[in-house]
Amino acid sequence: MEAKTIRLVRRGELVSLANVPPDRTLLEVLREDLGATGTKEGCGEGDCGACTVVVAEPHEGSLRYQAINSCIRLAHSVDGMALWTVEDLVADDGSLHPAQEAMVQAHGSQCGFCTPGFVMSLFGMYQNHVCKGGTITRELAQEELSGNLCRCTGYRPILDAAAQMAKLPRVAVDEAAILAQLDQLAAKRGQVPASGTYLDPRSLPELLQLRALHPGAQLVAGCTDVGLWITKLHQQYRQVLDVTRVEELRRVEHYDNHIAIGAAASLTDAFEALVAQRPQLKTFANRFAGLPVRNSGTLGGNVANGSPIGDSMPLLIALGAHVVLLSVRGHRELPLEAFYTGYRKNVLAPDEVVAWIKVPRPQPGELLRAYKISKRYDDDISAVCLVVAMHLRDGVVAQVGIGAGGVAATPARALQTEAVLRGQPWTLETAQKATAALRSEFQPISDMRASSSYRSEVLGNLMQRFWLESQGHEQINLESFRLVEAATP
Amino acid sequence: MNAPEKFLAGSKAQPAVGSPRIHDSARAHVAGSAVYIDDIPEVKGTLHAAPILSNVARGKLLGVDPRAALQMEGVKGVVLAQDIPGDPILATFVHDEPIFARDTVEYLGQVVGVVVAETVMQARRAARKVQLRIEALPAIVDVREAVQAQSFVLPPVTVRRGDPEQGIAQAPHRLAGSLDIGGQEHFYLEGQVGYALPLEQDNWWIYSSTQHPGEVQHWVAHALGLENHAVNVECRRMGGGFGGKETQAGHIAVWAALAAHKFKRPVKLRLDRDDDFMVTGKRHPFAYDYEVGFDDDGRVLGLKLMLAANCGFSADLSGPVADRAVFHVDNAYFLSDVEIVSYRCRTNVQSHTAFRGFGGPQGMIVMEAILGDIGRALGKDALDVRKANLYGVTERNVTHYQMTVEDNILEPLIARLEQNARYRARREEIARWNAQSPVIKRGLALTPVKFGISFTATFFNQAGALVHVYGDGSVQVNHGGTEMGQGLHTKVLQLVADELGVPCEKVRVSATDTSKVPNASATAASSGTDLNGRAAQFAARQVRQRLAEYVAEKQHCKPEQVIFAHGQVSGPDAVMTWEQLVDDAYHSRVQLWSDGFYKTPKIHYDKKTLTGRPFYYFSYGAACTEVAIDTLTGENRVLKVDILHDVGTSINPAIDLGQIEGGFIQGMGWLTTEQLVWNDKGYLATHAPSTYKIPATGDVPEHFRIELWPEPNREDNVGGSKAVGEPPFMLAISVWEALRDAAASARADGKVRMDAPATAENVLRALK
Repeated sequence: MEAKTIRLVRRGELVSLANVPPDRTLLEVLREDLGATGTKEGCGEGDCGACTVVVAEPHEGSLRYQAINSCIRLAHSVDGMALWTVEDLVADDGSLHPAQEAMVQAHGSQCGFCTPGFVMSLFGMYQNHVCKGGTITRELAQEELSGNLCRCTGYRPILDAAAQMAKLPRVAVDEAAILAQLDQLAAKRGQVPASGTYLDPRSLPELLQLRALHPGAQLVAGCTDVGLWITKLHQQYRQVLDVTRVEELRRVEHYDNHIAIGAAASLTDAFEALVAQRPQLKTFANRFAGLPVRNSGTLGGNVANGSPIGDSMPLLIALGAHVVLLSVRGHRELPLEAFYTGYRKNVLAPDEVVAWIKVPRPQPGELLRAYKISKRYDDDISAVCLVVAMHLRDGVVAQVGIGAGGVAATPARALQTEAVLRGQPWTLETAQKATAALRSEFQPISDMRASSSYRSEVLGNLMQRFWLESQGHEQINLESFRLVEAATP
Repeated sequence: MNAPEKFLAGSKAQPAVGSPRIHDSARAHVAGSAVYIDDIPEVKGTLHAAPILSNVARGKLLGVDPRAALQMEGVKGVVLAQDIPGDPILATFVHDEPIFARDTVEYLGQVVGVVVAETVMQARRAARKVQLRIEALPAIVDVREAVQAQSFVLPPVTVRRGDPEQGIAQAPHRLAGSLDIGGQEHFYLEGQVGYALPLEQDNWWIYSSTQHPGEVQHWVAHALGLENHAVNVECRRMGGGFGGKETQAGHIAVWAALAAHKFKRPVKLRLDRDDDFMVTGKRHPFAYDYEVGFDDDGRVLGLKLMLAANCGFSADLSGPVADRAVFHVDNAYFLSDVEIVSYRCRTNVQSHTAFRGFGGPQGMIVMEAILGDIGRALGKDALDVRKANLYGVTERNVTHYQMTVEDNILEPLIARLEQNARYRARREEIARWNAQSPVIKRGLALTPVKFGISFTATFFNQAGALVHVYGDGSVQVNHGGTEMGQGLHTKVLQLVADELGVPCEKVRVSATDTSKVPNASATAASSGTDLNGRAAQFAARQVRQRLAEYVAEKQHCKPEQVIFAHGQVSGPDAVMTWEQLVDDAYHSRVQLWSDGFYKTPKIHYDKKTLTGRPFYYFSYGAACTEVAIDTLTGENRVLKVDILHDVGTSINPAIDLGQIEGGFIQGMGWLTTEQLVWNDKGYLATHAPSTYKIPATGDVPEHFRIELWPEPNREDNVGGSKAVGEPPFMLAISVWEALRDAAASARADGKVRMDAPATAENVLRALK
C-alpha cells in the first residue's frame, strides 16, 4: 500500500510531504521532518495546548481558521489545508504578528514553553474575531484559550494580551492567494484510490465502499481519542480511514422535527447547532474539552467511542436523539442509548459507519438543564454529568428524558427515574422521589475523579437543583453565579 | 546604581533597575525561536532512550527480560544496573537511591533501566515490552500508616520551646484536630529532558533542563566513574521548573549518559508526560495532628503539633523540606510554648522533592487552619485571631528556632490590605448574603505570609559570575543561576547594565554552563537574584573599577570621579562613549573581564538543635480572597483576590508581578483542583493533564488586584530588593481558608474539617 503525498500551504508556499506513515502525528512531522521546533509537545494528549497550530480551509468563499492540537492530529488529516505554526507568524522582516507583539508587551511569557501554543490560539482568535470586526471580551478570550495551559503566569497577562492584540496595527492574511493555492491543491487531488495507507474519501458513497473494502482500517474522525491510542497506548495503524472529508457528513441539516448532525461535523459546529436551538446549553458546550479539541473532534466520534464519561451522550440521550448507521448494505436508525452494548462497545458492524445524529427540535415549554461536575471548571472530564429534559402539561410531567454520564459502563438513560416522574405532578415531593430514584438507579464506580458515594449523592442533588431552577430560583448555580456587590468606593 | 543625578537631568532615559523591562527571551518565546533541549538540532547518530518502569509498588526484582523489546524495529538495546561503570547509587546527599532498581523495587514507576532505539516512539514502545519478574511485597502508600510503622527516610526531629503541655492545660480554651494536605505535581510545561554527548578522551557534554547544572555534573561524573572536570553541563532555559528540576533533572541526565556510554552514541531522553508523572517526585503530602490551648482573644498559649511528611521511597531533599516546614509552622505568629514533631516518612511512592515553597506552605497551612478553627470556636472573626497572634516588633519577636524577627512589617501591611480590600464591610455583606442564600454560600479570608529567605543549608548561599566586556563594548554575563521563566537573566542583565552605565541592549546573558562558573548552587529558595545578581554586579563593578582607574590615570583625577552612565563615560576633562573607552582600554591592555563572588552575610544555623539565624531576611505579604461554594455539589469558585506583597525595591516590577500572580494561581491550584490520587496498590491514577487539573484561564478571577509594599529591604540586599519566587505561593492559603469559612456558614456547628485540595467532593464532605 502506498502513502499518498501530503500537500499543504505554509508561509504562502506549497509544501509536499511524501511517504508519511498514516499514524504519524502532525507534531512529529513538524518537529522531526520539517525542523519546525517552535511548536512544542507538552502532554501528547491534547490537554495542554503547547502544540497548538492553526489550519484553514475554504468555507463559503473565504478561509475558516481553526486552532487544533497537532500532537494528536494525524499529519495526513491536514492534507489540502493551509497551516500556520508559530514561526509562520513572524514577517519576513522579522516583525511580530499582533498576537505575538501583544504577548511581549503584556509580559505574557515567562518560561515560554506554552507560549507558542497560546500565540496560535490568539492567532486563531485574531483571524476569526478581530479581522471580522469583532471585539475580544474577557469571556471570549477565556473561552478560546480554554485548551491552553500555562504554569507560570497565572494567565492575567495573557488575557491582557488577547485584548491588546486587537488594538495593534492590523496584519492581514492574503486570503485570495491562499484560496487560489488551495484550489490548486484540490484540483491536483483527483480520485481517492481504492487502497492506500490513508484513505480520506470526499463523498458518502466512496466512504461506504472503502469501509466495506477495508473493514480492518482504523476508522478515525478528529482523532482526539484515537490520537491518544497512538501517542499513549503506542498503537500502530497500517491503514486509516478518515471520515472527516466526507462532504455530506460535515453538514448540519435542518428538518421540521429534528436536525441531523453529520458524524464528521466538528464538536464546535455540532454544539453551535445545538446551542442555536437551545441557548441554555452554551456554557455546557463551552465546557466540553478545550477549543482545539472541539475544533478537531467530531460529535460522531464522541458518540461512536461511547466513553461513559463523554459529555455529549447524556445530553443527546436526554433529548431523545437517534443515530443513523450506514453501510453499503443500507441504513438503520436507533435511539442513542440502544447503540451501546458495554464499556466502549457498540452495535456498529465492521462495514458500518455512524452517519448522522438526529436531534429532535425543542418543543415549547421544554425544561432543559445540563449539569457537569468536574474538578476543574473548564477543559475537564465529568465526574458526573446529568441532563434532564422535561415537558410539563398542566403541571404534570408529560415527557421526560434523563441522560447520565460517569455513573455506569456506558452513557446511560435513567429509565427508572423517568418512570417515576412520568405522569406525576411536578412538585417538591415528586422531585424528591426522582432524587431517590436517581441515586438508586446507578452504582457508579470510585476512581480518580470521584468516589462512588459522591457520584450517587450528587446525582440526586443535581435533581434537586433542577427542581429549584424549574421553580425560578436564581443564583443557585455557580455556573451562572455573578457577584453583585456594592460599588467600590 | 551609579547613574548620577546630573546625568539624569534632561534625559528621559532611566536606569534599567526598577524598570518593567520585558523578559530577555520574550521575543524568542513568541516567535518559537527560543531553544529548549528537545529543539537543539540533533548530532548525527543520536539515539533515544525511554525508561522501563516498575509496575509494582514494592517487591523483589527477580529478573528483567528484554527479549521482546530487543526484537522490535529500531531497538539498539537496554541499559540496566549492571551497565553502570561508576557507583550504582546516585550521588544524592543521603546516598540512598539506586540509579536503576537492582534487587528490589520501591515504588510503582521506579526506573529499572532504559531502552535505547533510533526514535523516541520506538524506544517508548519497546520499553513497555520489557518483562519484569517481580515478587510483590507489602507496600506502604499512606503517610499515617508510615508513622504507625515508624517507616522513615530520616530520623524524626523535634523542636520545642517553653512548656506547651502546661500552656494547653492552663488555657481557658482548647482544640484538637487533624488535617491532611495533598501533594502537587509540578507540571512544568516542558517535561524532563536530557541529552548526553560523549566527546573525545572521556569528556562529556550534557544538555539538561535543570535548576542545578552543578549537581547534574556531579551525578553524571559519579555514575560514569569520572571526575567532575570531565563533564560539562549546559542549560540555556527550562520550560518551567518550580523545584521539579532541582534534583529530578539529574536522574534523566544520568540515565541518558549511561545509555550514551554503553552505545558510544549521543543519547537523548525526553520523558513522555505520563512517565514524567509516574517517575518523578512531587510536593510532599502532609498529615497533621494538633492540640492547642488559647485565651479569650484567640491568642495561642500552647501548641503541640505533629507533622508527617510523605517523602516517598528515598530521602532526596526531604530533610531540608521537612525542616523548612518546621521553620514555617509559625508563619506570622509568635508561639510562646510549642512543640513540633516532624516525621519524614518512607512510603512506596515517588520520592517527593522540592516544589516552590519547599515545605513552607505545608508548615504554614496548618497554623492558618488552627487560627481559623480558633476563630470559629470563639465566634470571633478569624482576622482578629490572626492579628492577636502576630509577631511583635520589640517583644514576642523571637521565632521557635531562636531567630529574632528584625524586619517585621506584618501589622501595617495587614492593616493596609484590610482597608483596601474593604474586609469588614464585605464580611457583613457576605453574612447577609449567606443568611438568605439557600444553595450558594460565600466565604472570605485574609491571611498573611512571612517567608524566610536563604537556603537553610548555609553553604549553598554563595554565587559566582563572570562579566566579559568584548572589544566592541558589548557585554556578556554568565552566572551560576538558571533561567526557568522567572526572569533571573533579565534582572541580572539590568543590574549589570546599570553597574557599567550601558543600555540593556549592550548586555547579553549566556547559557548556564558548569565550565564557566563552577560549584554553583541550585537556582532555588527564591534566592536566584539575591545571590547571582550580586555576584554579577560585583564582577561588573571590578571591570568598571579597572576602567575608572584607566580613565583617572589619563585625566589625572580620582577613579571615583569617573562616571559611567547612559553609554557614556565622563571624567573631569573629557566625555567619551563606552565603546571608545573600551577600545582604548583594550589597546592599553586593561583586563576587560572579571569574576564576581557573593556570599550571604549574617546567617548561621545549627543543624542539630535547629536553631540560629537560617534566614537573611523575611519576605512578607497578605492576601484577601473571597470564594463561593455550592452546597449541593461542593463545586467552588474564587471570586475576588486582593494582594499586598513585599518585594522590597523591585528590580523589575513586571517580572515581580508575574511571580506574584503566577505563584498565587499555582498555590490556588494546589489547594483546589490539583489532586494526586494513588490507589491502594501505589498506582498514581492521576498521571496526565486529562486527570490532573492545574488551573486554566477560566479559573482566574476578574478581580485580581496586586499592590506592592513600598519599602526597600531593610537588609543590604541587591538593589534593595527582596526575593519573590516562592513567598506569593503561600498567599493562596487565603483561598483555602475562605473555602473553609464558606463551608462553616453552611454548618450548624460552625466546625469544619476540610482536607486539601478542596475538590468538589472534599468540600461537600466538609459540609456534613
